[in-house]
Amino acid sequence: MHELAKLPGIGPKSAQRLTYHLLRTQKEQVISLAEAIMSLKNSTRLCSVCFNIADSEFCPICRNEKRDKGSICVVEQPQDILALEHSGIYRGLYHVLHGAISPTDGIGINDIRIDELLIRLKDEDISEVILATNPTLEGEQTAMYINKVIMPLGIKVTRLARGLPFGTELEYADDVTLTRALEGRQELK
Amino acid sequence: MSEPRDYKTEAIVIKKTKLGEADRILTFYTPHLGKIQAVAKGVRQPKSKMSGHLELLTYSMVSFVRGKNLATVTGSQTINGFISLKNDLELTSYALYIIELLNQFTGEGIEDYPLFRMLLDVLDKLSTERNRELVLRYFEVQLLDNLGYRPQLKQCVSCHTQLKPVTNQFCPSAGGINCPSCARNGNFSYPLSINGLKIFRLLQDGNYNTIRRLKMTRELSIELERLIRTYIKYLLEKDIKSLTWLETLKRCA
Repeated sequence: MHELAKLPGIGPKSAQRLTYHLLRTQKEQVISLAEAIMSLKNSTRLCSVCFNIADSEFCPICRNEKRDKGSICVVEQPQDILALEHSGIYRGLYHVLHGAISPTDGIGINDIRIDELLIRLKDEDISEVILATNPTLEGEQTAMYINKVIMPLGIKVTRLARGLPFGTELEYADDVTLTRALEGRQELK
Repeated sequence: MSEPRDYKTEAIVIKKTKLGEADRILTFYTPHLGKIQAVAKGVRQPKSKMSGHLELLTYSMVSFVRGKNLATVTGSQTINGFISLKNDLELTSYALYIIELLNQFTGEGIEDYPLFRMLLDVLDKLSTERNRELVLRYFEVQLLDNLGYRPQLKQCVSCHTQLKPVTNQFCPSAGGINCPSCARNGNFSYPLSINGLKIFRLLQDGNYNTIRRLKMTRELSIELERLIRTYIKYLLEKDIKSLTWLETLKRCA
């Protein structure tokens, strides 16, 4: 119970509920959960190319021959890949930075994997880099910095569009979002 | 008499820390409540109505409700989002340095309206003025002044004689300048050239219209930058984290 309560988002009550649930569940299921947790630490690592979570040297996306090897989508966290993959629209490769530049927290370029990205851009034949860092101040800063260092290489750099999220109302939008939404407006086809 | 349960104030977001799954703890600088902290719930989710109004370096009208511990943000509407700052890597970094400095030097709940005006003013100036370094120096010196750390630049801090137009020694621990003869007996101090001292005094006297017309050489600009930062570091007894980043940016420029 105490171990479960250490997990994020799980308080003492939830931990209690989970524990009693596990007590009631069949032994095989509990063991398979335990094994899954064990293998989490034992057999996962970071992909040596894109730093996504992987079960071997290369992650499934880097191993996949069908992916478009000419574009790299740069994200902050491995979770971001899951979200992008869920949409199913992107077919290229990824690069996980594992953070974003945040001067006031003392996180600089050497704390995230920017150098590794630059090495990839030199070694691989990449025609487009898509910056998909979060639309927060840190994410924007990171994107602006990466753009600055990639520019001399002559590779096309794009940034995910920033605008109004689906299912929200215009009246609550802030100035920065509205400005960008207007700047990036598109003709209806 | 108890204070009202909810209140509303203008505020500039100067710090944010993640909390739990989708929340943040925000630090605001306000005109009449000084520096305050509050929890903003759900602002890391895309559907949040407030997130864009509560980003760092945003000047907003914010409503709070008092809590047992921290207040909670209940609403926010941008007054000035400083978009031109946020679209420029260098300017964003300078602005982040400014808010970190302010955060380090101020305590919670101490009203300081002039300081609030100063913060708004420097963020405005950063996006309009050409000499950004000078804007930073001006803010640093004015901030020190406001906080009661005004260094003595007119007379020697040891023998109290008027400073002569020679290279004098700036001594952070004495809070001012030693003339060459007093400087010999001890204390860590840093040389300050005649022109450096002149500009330092102008920055301190605070007439920005005179200052903006100054033409500084690179050496002079670097001299003042080092000196003032050394003094700030001495006062804070720690490093300003965003300085490392400013240095990185300068190197790749």
